[in-house]
Amino acid sequence: MSKDPKLAHRPWLDPEAEPYIKIQGITKRFGDFTAVDNVDLDIYKGELFCWLGGSGCGKSTLLRMLAGFETPTAGKIFIDGVEMNDIPAYERPVNMMFQSYALFPHMTVEKNIAYGLVRDGLDKATIQSKVEEIIDMVELTQFSKRKPHQLSGGQRQRVALARALVKQPKVLLLDEPLGALDKRLREQTQYELMNIQDQLGVTFIVVTHDQEEAMTLSTRIAIMDKGKFIQTGTPTEIYETPDSRFIANFIGSANIFEGHVVESGKEHVLVRSTRDQSLFYIDHGSDLQENAKVWVAIRPEKIKISKSPPEQSDHNQLIGTVDDIGYLGKLSNYKVLLDNGKIIDITYPNQVRPKSGDHLVDWEEKVYLSWDASSAVVLTH
Amino acid sequence: MKKQRSTFMFSMLCFGLAFLYIPMVLLIVYSFNHSKIVPIWGGFSFRWYKVLFESPEVWQALLLSLKIAVVNATFATLMGTLAGLALVRFGRFRGRTLFSGMISAPLVMPEVITGLSLLLLFITLSQFIGWPSERGFTTITIAHITFSMAYVAVIIQSRLTGMDESLEEAAQDLGAKPLRVLTDITLPILAPGMLAGWLLAFTLSLDDLVIASFVTGPGSNTLPILIYSRIRLGLRPDINALATIIIVTVAIGVILAGYIMWRQEKQRQRDQQMAAADKLDFDTETTA
Repeated sequence: MSKDPKLAHRPWLDPEAEPYIKIQGITKRFGDFTAVDNVDLDIYKGELFCWLGGSGCGKSTLLRMLAGFETPTAGKIFIDGVEMNDIPAYERPVNMMFQSYALFPHMTVEKNIAYGLVRDGLDKATIQSKVEEIIDMVELTQFSKRKPHQLSGGQRQRVALARALVKQPKVLLLDEPLGALDKRLREQTQYELMNIQDQLGVTFIVVTHDQEEAMTLSTRIAIMDKGKFIQTGTPTEIYETPDSRFIANFIGSANIFEGHVVESGKEHVLVRSTRDQSLFYIDHGSDLQENAKVWVAIRPEKIKISKSPPEQSDHNQLIGTVDDIGYLGKLSNYKVLLDNGKIIDITYPNQVRPKSGDHLVDWEEKVYLSWDASSAVVLTH
Repeated sequence: MKKQRSTFMFSMLCFGLAFLYIPMVLLIVYSFNHSKIVPIWGGFSFRWYKVLFESPEVWQALLLSLKIAVVNATFATLMGTLAGLALVRFGRFRGRTLFSGMISAPLVMPEVITGLSLLLLFITLSQFIGWPSERGFTTITIAHITFSMAYVAVIIQSRLTGMDESLEEAAQDLGAKPLRVLTDITLPILAPGMLAGWLLAFTLSLDDLVIASFVTGPGSNTLPILIYSRIRLGLRPDINALATIIIVTVAIGVILAGYIMWRQEKQRQRDQQMAAADKLDFDTETTA
């Protein structure tokens, strides 16, 4: 379709691409409470889009408006160019996978999956073959005659997925699709879900509160808080360039330093910390005013920790003592106490197997912290 | 010490059971008494069962009671289900609280008052529109429906509140219109509750003496009315026989229901084990 093959996987960068789902100024109020507050969003065909947020942030309400279970107070939703506002749930080209799976308890796996096709009035042979095909895809063939209560949690999850997918909806809505599974099954199912989405090319919208799940699954993530999207982007964009302290802390963790701009140019920013006057040099430019109050965020895994002093420099260096060590096997978490009383989190991979069982550095040891000029991010709010 | 306590528990159990069952056992024993005077034992015989089976009045009363019970249970289930659906699924409509309060009023209203007010209603109606022209089957059935319906509505209400609403949404999401959702999903899931409601309404109707005796007319005796009217003239051996038959029927019903429930529980446990076993298979498969 697109001339640039890169854009085929990133349609949101292509100015000519037409969004598949358009959410325009959607607001939903329940009495005095505004669950969704004037939200705009474009989603492109074939995306696996995650809405990430804590409970009560409005993500489920927005999903239910797409499915047609809630009517927006204001705004419009378009799917594939058609306005959805006046179309009832049972006529929308979307299907939903419910958090509780909502499998019909009085029907077998087969009947559950066939239900949507029967309602569409397809003939028996077509239904039969479609159902068999999808049951095969989710590997449930030997369970097709069972009732939902005779299945394990993971099997139920796959029945729910198959039932929602068999109608080949334009958009599949997934409400906390992996929420009810235990950790190991969840990790494995994540990849299954991605493969299925890739195979069928259906646009997925996933609602979740689990940031790891969102990071693994999605092409793009929109982070929701108090009924609004506060940042939208690819997992990398959101992790590496969060645009607020809230996001920096919500997605992963970050060490945040308050300071003010000393120098601001096209190629760099220099920030002086309010607390101890240390300097932060960041190698991407900004249009910040001098003396503006800003925050510098550095991810724990981007800080180098060392017992010997690094090359002398007047910026991006800190000195402290090791306060605590958390050994996690593949990596260790260090808490380093700076002279000014601030505690810095550092994550360091255990690349070398320590011979004596010692850590890279020990408790109460004096350490030097340093980081690359490209690692830190300047935040204005 | 332990032995003492268990003897105490055992005697308490025996006392409790005796308290509950000796009257019934006595009734059953006396039903086989040949003597015409109830408390005097005149030898074992089926004499009063024969008398009972040859009495057309008893058969008529039984038939009337069953007819009323079946019609009542059916209508009460229908209307009670609709009321329950309206209360739980239609959201907040005007007068919902009032309706919900009024639907449960018959549950707490003294039977005498329900009976009296219904009698008044029927008399007034027959004066003004000439219907019901005589009291009997129709009036008793209507009276029974008014209070049985309340019980059914309560059962259905609790079943519906316990039911995951997303089941209905899922059906809609898959393309079922609201009426379809009702017939395909809601009603089948409610079916056990509706059956329980039907059985309860059936039993309530068979049991009822007070309301039925208010709204019945000459010649229309339900079984409880017949038993009561005969007993008023003194203990009668043929009524003992009738009571014994009722006790045995009820006992068989209870045992049967218990057995079915026990089997369902077993089945459920087996299903759970089966699902758990599959899960293990699945896990080993993926780690291999």
